[in-house]
Amino acid sequence: MKDTTTINAMRDALMAAINDLAADHPEVVLLEADLAGCLGSGSFKKLYPGRYFNCGIAEANMVAMAGGLSSVGLVPFAHSFGCFSSRRAYDQWFLSVNYARRRVHLIGTDPGITAQLNGGTHMPFEDIALMRQVPDIIIIEPSDAQSCYELAVQAYESGKSSYIRIPRKSVTHRYAPGKVQLGKAEIISEGSNVAIIATGELLVNEASKAVETLSGQGIKATLVDLHTIKPLDTELIAEVAARCGKVLVCENGRYAGGTGEAIAAFLAQTNPVKMDFVNVGERFGEVGKLAYLQQVFGFTAENIAQKAARLAKA
Amino acid sequence: MLDNETLLMLKTKAVRLRELTIREIAHLGSGHIGGSMSIIEILTYLYHQAMNVDPADPLKEDRDRLVCSKGHAGPAVYATLADKGFFPLDWLMTLNQGGTNLPSHCDMTKTPGVDFTTGSLGQGASAAVGIALGQKIRGFDGAYTYLILGDGESQEGEVWEAAQTAAQFKLGNLIAFTDLNKKQLDGWTEDIISMNNLDTRWLGFNWHVQRINGHDLEAIDRAVLNAKAEKDRPSMIICDTIKSYGFGPGERTFGNHSMPISVETAEAAIAELHQRFDVKEA
Repeated sequence: MKDTTTINAMRDALMAAINDLAADHPEVVLLEADLAGCLGSGSFKKLYPGRYFNCGIAEANMVAMAGGLSSVGLVPFAHSFGCFSSRRAYDQWFLSVNYARRRVHLIGTDPGITAQLNGGTHMPFEDIALMRQVPDIIIIEPSDAQSCYELAVQAYESGKSSYIRIPRKSVTHRYAPGKVQLGKAEIISEGSNVAIIATGELLVNEASKAVETLSGQGIKATLVDLHTIKPLDTELIAEVAARCGKVLVCENGRYAGGTGEAIAAFLAQTNPVKMDFVNVGERFGEVGKLAYLQQVFGFTAENIAQKAARLAKA
Repeated sequence: MLDNETLLMLKTKAVRLRELTIREIAHLGSGHIGGSMSIIEILTYLYHQAMNVDPADPLKEDRDRLVCSKGHAGPAVYATLADKGFFPLDWLMTLNQGGTNLPSHCDMTKTPGVDFTTGSLGQGASAAVGIALGQKIRGFDGAYTYLILGDGESQEGEVWEAAQTAAQFKLGNLIAFTDLNKKQLDGWTEDIISMNNLDTRWLGFNWHVQRINGHDLEAIDRAVLNAKAEKDRPSMIICDTIKSYGFGPGERTFGNHSMPISVETAEAAIAELHQRFDVKEA
């Protein structure tokens, strides 16, 4: 099991996983859409030049091509910014990959507000909702380097298609090697007053800080890192909802069709509890540095703590 | 070059495939007859002369592959595959019925011998580029990917994204046909979004380009052999065709993209088909 402690960007953790998979599996190929510099996939090109293809700024073609490659026994990873790999190439992803029962791993970088200075045009808020419409795929949004590496490998080994949603440059080191398991959410802290379920590095980190704030107020919070959005770990969600009776879902994206709605729909059927949500609401994205955007969209420890405290007392 | 015996066999086969396609659609009562009839010679040539495929082993990895990107021509593809032995002929009578293996648009997960799922126009072009590239990566030397595009379909921007990519990757093993039947669902292509200068468009994308009569089996043969001689460039064979060619009632109907066909109409049309096209032994 690879140790990623020395890796200092999420993209490097993902590329380490893809490069290691490619070493063991000659069927792994990598497709880029003129964003190789952003993912750092030059490392793959150097190691496996015959399996690396820059398809240019034509994401729809790249994704349907990946479907074609898959039908000749290859297993493509394909990358663009999340807004383009999801929104722009959606029909191709839906039909030429998944309806056709092909197997492709689609990478969407710069999720939600992490697109920062590229601004609203480059902010995928709806990629999770789009991906959730596709039957039988895996959606992962790892919250640290180690889980990024391991979940990418596990997604590959699942034999299914996957959507991998990661920020590029930031990095967190949270998990020891061999801990995370695809489809099984991680409990980061345990408490019975309120459950906070968060996805992705940014919001799991902010929620972690919020848990400390809440603790100072005498509120004991359970924090769940929901690194796998599909399939949803309903067993664990049911358990924390039963224990806390209050659930706050934090996601770097939109409620409609997103993670919060998925959890709400599940709990509505099984154990309707009081819920609240941290997400982008009805806004479009906008340009700015991360700290500014976190304030605008409420993706801060303060906002999470406030919402969680209100929920805990409700 | 085709010898007389082979040419006779292919011409006879084309009549049979038209007959099967007409019966298949008539059994259902309606369907995409126009664009099915216009590619019969292309399919006949591919499956009986060009392609290395084995109905007993339809998933053989190093086989030649066909992507019928104009997926609505599924009925013609199914007639060809059934006749070739990929599945029983009586499956043709299940076209589009609930639970069928022969859905309106080609589906690789349902129909033995279908190499890629199509229906959302333009996507088959990209998929074919991926397949041709994959054949090279896998080292399947001598394996070709064939692609059939519609002229109306070529209004899709993705076709041209695929075109530039195939040229960039020097996919000499990709041989495409445009079924230039001049019509799309709503009418003449010329009146909707013109596909004029199609040859220079493909030339501009650095493809090897030929233009032939798409109902002339000898011309198809020459063009495919020429295309195979091009090692580093993908090939486009633009085929002038007639929508619904060989199905008389369709040829005489303007709106022939998809049309109702009764069994009686079909039988009369098949009689007409034999009268027009049956090869008379010398």
